Amino acid sequence: MKENMKEKQKKGMIRDVIILGITLIIMVILLSIFPDKREVVTTTSRDFFIEMIWILPGVMVLMGLFAVWVPKEVIVKYLGKTSGIKGISLAILFGALPTGPLYIVFPMAAALIKKGARVSNIIIFLSAWACIKIPQEMVELRFLGLKFMLARLILTIIFVIIMGVFIEQLMKWSDKKVNKVTEGKDNADV
Amino acid sequence: MHSAAIFINIFALICLIIALIKDKAKTKQSLIIAVKSFIRIIPTVLIMILLIGLLLEFVPPGEISRIAGEQSGFSGVLLLALSGAIMHIPSLISFPLGASLLESGASVTAVAAFIVTLTMIGTITLPLEIKELGKKMALLRNGISFIIALVIAFIMGVIL
Repeated sequence: MKENMKEKQKKGMIRDVIILGITLIIMVILLSIFPDKREVVTTTSRDFFIEMIWILPGVMVLMGLFAVWVPKEVIVKYLGKTSGIKGISLAILFGALPTGPLYIVFPMAAALIKKGARVSNIIIFLSAWACIKIPQEMVELRFLGLKFMLARLILTIIFVIIMGVFIEQLMKWSDKKVNKVTEGKDNADV
Repeated sequence: MHSAAIFINIFALICLIIALIKDKAKTKQSLIIAVKSFIRIIPTVLIMILLIGLLLEFVPPGEISRIAGEQSGFSGVLLLALSGAIMHIPSLISFPLGASLLESGASVTAVAAFIVTLTMIGTITLPLEIKELGKKMALLRNGISFIIALVIAFIMGVIL
């Protein structure tokens, strides 16, 4: 499983480097056709690059630290047994921790389901993981401004909670329906 | 350097020092992960940055505001929301991309929709999500996320 992941990572890296090469070639061709745009394009790209390169080390170090210090097992353990407002807050907090991409969180969510965690908590955790990351908010602040960042953050938290509760109710309701249908069948058999 | 960059680096440095005091081996492991993730994300960052440079210069600002600006109305928002849902790029990079779209005339609503769908919805990771969480939960989460992305975007368009 782990080997498989490594293999995938490697493949992804190679793919990205190839795409980067193609982008570079396109850029060089375009800029040699339109030499007057050369300066503006390189300045814009360079400025964005400098912005990113200054902010990335901090983001990456935080991600690395949290990945090692807050292992998956701890998150699963705590989220698996809490509910109510405490559960919701914990789900958001854990989701916001500066760790990895979305695909590593699915197995964690599956483990949570097995442990009997509430659907709302799992959904909130997944969504928070996907779109509220503490160091990334700094990048958002830098590029889109404080108002944009705060508005998106607050609205996202509100709606993610609503969505979590809603999906939980929906799943309960549809499970009940399925149960009723099977119960009906059982009765018919008798 | 912008204050956000200073803040995050100082914060990371403080955490790093505390970590070093607490456990050297674990800190080393963390740094290895950090360096690996950094190397992993650099090509994508470069691709995006080149594309942003080209986008800002070669696509006339009028064009972007026509497609996703204020006057494009709902279709512009929907277009960016859909592209966000389909695209598979780290959310970290969605912010400079969103900023450059804003700069070239896209509306706040459209850019907000783009960023929210980009981060919350994973079309490429959907098969994995279905496998781990079941069809019902995965499809509900992604489907409803799309709707709330639009709602969040419209509220942001109104208040910003």
